[in-house]
Amino acid sequence: MNTLLNLLVAAALAGTPLLLGTLGEILTEKSGNINLGVEGMMFMGAIAGLAAPFVYEQWALKVESAPVGWIGAFLALMASFLAGALGALIYGFLTITLRANQNVTGLTLTIFGTGVGNFFGEYLGSRAGGYVALGDEMKSAFANLSIPGLSQIPVIGKLLFQYNWVVYFAIALALLMNHFFKRTRVGLNLRAVGEDPAAADAAGIHVSRYKYMATVIGGGVCGIGGMYMSMVTTSCVWVHNCVSGYGWLAVALVIFAAWSPARALLAALIFGGLTVLRLYLRIPGMPMQIYEMFPFIATILVLIVTSIRQSRENVQPKSCGFNYFREER
Amino acid sequence: MEEQSVNYAVRMKNITKTFGKVTANHGVSLELRKGEILALLGENGSGKTTLMNMLSGIYFPDSGSIEVRGREVAICSPRDAFELGIGMIHQHFKLVDVLTAAENIVLGLPGGKYVDRKQVNKKVREISDRYQFDLNPRKKIYNMSVSEKQTVEILKALYRGAEILILDEPTAVLTPQETEKLFKILRNMKEDGKSILIITHKLHEVMAISDRVTVLRKGECIGTIETAATTQEELTENMVGRPISLAIQRPHVKRGQEMLKVVDLTCLRPDRVKALNKVSFSAYAGEILGIAGIAGSGQKELCEAIAGLYPVSGGSILYNCQSDGAQVMENIVGQRSDQIFRKGISMAFVPEDRLGMGLVASMDMVDNVMLRSYRQAPGIFVDRKRPREISEKLIQELEIQTPDVTTPVRRLSGGNVQKILLGREIAYGPSVLVVAYPVRGLDINSSYKIYDMLNEQKKKGVAVIFVGEDLDVLMEISDRILVLCGGVVSGVVDPKETTKEKIGLLMIQADGETQGEEAKA
Amino acid sequence: MSRPGNEQKKPFIHMVKRDALSSQKQWLIRGIALMGALLAGALLILSLGHNPLAVYRDMLVGALGTPTVRRETVKIAVPLLITAIGISLAFKMQFWNIGAEGQALMGAVCAGYFAFFQYDSMPRLVLIPVMMLAGMAGGGLYGLIPALFKAKWGTNETLFTLMLNYIALAFIKYLQNGPWKAPHSQFPKMSMLDDRARLTKVLGVHWGWILALLLVVVAYFYFTRTKQGYEIAVVGESRDTARYAGINVSFVMIRTMVLSGAMAGLAGMLQLTGADYTITEGTAGGVGFTAITVAWMAKMNSFGMLAVAVFIAILERGSNKIQTTFKIPASAAEVLTGLILFFMLGCEFFINYKLVRSRGKEADA
Repeated sequence: MNTLLNLLVAAALAGTPLLLGTLGEILTEKSGNINLGVEGMMFMGAIAGLAAPFVYEQWALKVESAPVGWIGAFLALMASFLAGALGALIYGFLTITLRANQNVTGLTLTIFGTGVGNFFGEYLGSRAGGYVALGDEMKSAFANLSIPGLSQIPVIGKLLFQYNWVVYFAIALALLMNHFFKRTRVGLNLRAVGEDPAAADAAGIHVSRYKYMATVIGGGVCGIGGMYMSMVTTSCVWVHNCVSGYGWLAVALVIFAAWSPARALLAALIFGGLTVLRLYLRIPGMPMQIYEMFPFIATILVLIVTSIRQSRENVQPKSCGFNYFREER
Repeated sequence: MEEQSVNYAVRMKNITKTFGKVTANHGVSLELRKGEILALLGENGSGKTTLMNMLSGIYFPDSGSIEVRGREVAICSPRDAFELGIGMIHQHFKLVDVLTAAENIVLGLPGGKYVDRKQVNKKVREISDRYQFDLNPRKKIYNMSVSEKQTVEILKALYRGAEILILDEPTAVLTPQETEKLFKILRNMKEDGKSILIITHKLHEVMAISDRVTVLRKGECIGTIETAATTQEELTENMVGRPISLAIQRPHVKRGQEMLKVVDLTCLRPDRVKALNKVSFSAYAGEILGIAGIAGSGQKELCEAIAGLYPVSGGSILYNCQSDGAQVMENIVGQRSDQIFRKGISMAFVPEDRLGMGLVASMDMVDNVMLRSYRQAPGIFVDRKRPREISEKLIQELEIQTPDVTTPVRRLSGGNVQKILLGREIAYGPSVLVVAYPVRGLDINSSYKIYDMLNEQKKKGVAVIFVGEDLDVLMEISDRILVLCGGVVSGVVDPKETTKEKIGLLMIQADGETQGEEAKA
Repeated sequence: MSRPGNEQKKPFIHMVKRDALSSQKQWLIRGIALMGALLAGALLILSLGHNPLAVYRDMLVGALGTPTVRRETVKIAVPLLITAIGISLAFKMQFWNIGAEGQALMGAVCAGYFAFFQYDSMPRLVLIPVMMLAGMAGGGLYGLIPALFKAKWGTNETLFTLMLNYIALAFIKYLQNGPWKAPHSQFPKMSMLDDRARLTKVLGVHWGWILALLLVVVAYFYFTRTKQGYEIAVVGESRDTARYAGINVSFVMIRTMVLSGAMAGLAGMLQLTGADYTITEGTAGGVGFTAITVAWMAKMNSFGMLAVAVFIAILERGSNKIQTTFKIPASAAEVLTGLILFFMLGCEFFINYKLVRSRGKEADA
């Protein structure tokens, strides 16, 4: 029982960057853009999310004042969002305005973003004398919360009320997005853009604006997911190649979640669990490295199952992968 | 000046629009009066749709000016268009499949954060009642028939307060009965003071509905005439540029033996719905068998099944072929296309989607000509010599306009693309020829060339199967017409002894006979 | 009833599709884009406080300055080129194989079985071809898996092949830690190959480079002259057309993906037996991804790929040099590659479209 509880908690913690990446990509794909650069944007977010509080900390040390945790956290959030959004903006400019192939542009963004992340990670590290690591103030800003009263409730408190703030942020975002797609006018318009840009255009929707907004904000959300990797998963230390496939898992989870932000919550929890399974469930005789394969094998199974069971609803927005040009003849 | 122009809903002056080297419109002027129905007549490729797309904000003119209600405007986007009260119903509906009718109608409209569905439904019902539409606002588009989709498009325009309505070939996909219903609604709207512009290339429709008619030819405006003061012949001459008879020949050929026999053919769509249900018919040498039906009644599946390209779940498709000197009927169901070929069955197929199925758009003519025969060359290498010869012969014989045989077919005009496709299929001497919508989008000259080619094949003793959408054409060229409705054969009729209206009824009543019997009982 | 007046706003410029541009102009545009990318890279270098010209020159010298570094550069280019040829097979078919990384690893593992454990059980003349075949079989089979599912159910191959990369990587780690761990080693790593399993050098580099050049020519003829190449092109253009032409789309897809994977596997085998002499997590070292950019930038033309592969190899090798000279992290190569490809992707727009100033007003005056 205790193991299961611990596993669930760990799954939620490990699933959060996946959830953020998935949410960002869902938003992007709803506009008809399939951005395979999630991995790259997460890398960009990871380094920016680490660099911002790092710079702030250095500055604080210089002026001899104590760095404040929540300011650092806020800076990390903003910087990672902007970095991810910047990556998405490059992707958006190339695919939306210049109509480049979405697949290849996304892949390039992954290469570029991975390079940028590792480049600046090493660069900052070499200037900081070895590696980038933040002080305790920052670490505590991303530590698990302790909410008086709630966190102490047995089982429930542990299960629900003692995560770090990013976890709650991600869950709130998922619920908000669900509401956005289902209920709001802008959400309806965005779905139309993703399904049939020509129809949306004829209905007076500014297709490019919607595509840009969705892609850039989606990229920003992916960036926050990357920030989680560098600030929480590796506890405020830059680790070379720290995102290591989480971005790609997120892209696959979009399919598992059937483009629904609410279902992404469940998907992220399951896959978060798979990534940490080895710490909680030892199968005798199973080498450690085989556990590492689990999330990837599970993803493949999901891909296969969803491709066999084709349905009309809950599928990828129809225009995904195709660029729109009004005057196409 | 000011007072005069107030009587006009729209004035387009000296509009020019080019696409690359192609001039779609050149110095075109057009006036739409308030409260009239104006027909915009012209053959395919004459620039009608391009001109109207500049009114609806899809394209922006290279030069020229547009006045709406006497005021000069720039229409940069569809949104600008409907803010000016212009609504366009495109030939290919601009509707989002997975959304409901109501959602499509309010799409893109300004308003509060949330969509008030109740309010929308109420307003939709109001407009419906006013013009006698019949529509369920909660129905999703993908569950709708073409006629219902068209209704949604019209409602969408009216909901946005359109005073000027443009309809692009609205009757192309409708049955004669649905067309009549649409015309009634258009007349109602005219009574209500709306200005309506209808794009068409069908002369009798111009005569039936319009007050005035503007004729376009090769991107230029030929003139505007009061409909009451003109004749179909005069309009034809204006449209084509010379007096010609638009009658299609139907050469008399003695019907030969049975070349193709389809028995109880049943096919399923990927979603397990029956696309074809127990379809049976025969095609004979030396005849053109027309196939009519509203869009999506199983025509595509039937053609592909006959060509051995669609999975068959029941029934048989028998081809007449030579086997060891004897004539046998060979069943192709369950056989791969190369097996079919080896049996000596020579069947040719011109699919509906020319560049997406019949040809490879980015390849040149030579590579396209060898598409269905490259396997015959021995060895692992392709042989481009013979295809090149055939290509050059086709260019000569069919007057195909192309820089050379190495130009990608994508760059050629629709008429030339179709000539290459049909030419290739005929080049290998088929005994059964299936053509799907062979003149869709083609100009008159190309269309008549295609009709001639089909008649030529018929005279040679080929069994021609002609799937069409234009009932007038089908009735003129076919020797028999098979009508499909919802994947079922609802009748086989002789075009010389029936009317368009009767075929129209067959198109919407699959179980016409049983209904008739019920009515009697 | 009031309608907002919008006489004022007119699109300033708008774009139209252009007719085919002459190939000189196309290459000019691509050349300008390349300069643009290098300029953007220069700005990045400048912002780090270095002289871009000095850095670029150092990169060139570091990649081409001496015979030793030239050999290193060629060593980088060989697997890149072979993998790119493999990828172009799949990409021409619009099959997004981004699993070349995993296919190369699996190729290396299969070849490694013979290289590590069977090197003394057969003569060298047999061993080398066996290793090659094993490498190609490993990569090919690993490429076969996603192709089967794509052919049968249309399973998304992009993500499928990608996931297989990570699985292959985990598999290598497993081998390193367990069954293939070097005896007497404290660290989880494999031992070095016996000399008998190492490839001979020709002009200082393992003979894989000759094979690569040969493959460039073979690939060119395969694409343009053979029936199989023609089938790939048709399938890539439109599945419907292929079906219509009587091509067995599933079969072509599977056959091509096995070939594609086999090329990657061959690259992995060469990397093992010609360059690294052992298998690590870095044996593929991002080649699978970089090769995608190589294939794409060369527009799937095999001679073009040769040029691009050498160019990228210069970048990578040069980045190692500037890491030591200027303390600029070697990841700069990835950043630069990304930048160049961004510019290349963007410049296609100017090849296909042109921008036109609107003349709406003047013309009717």
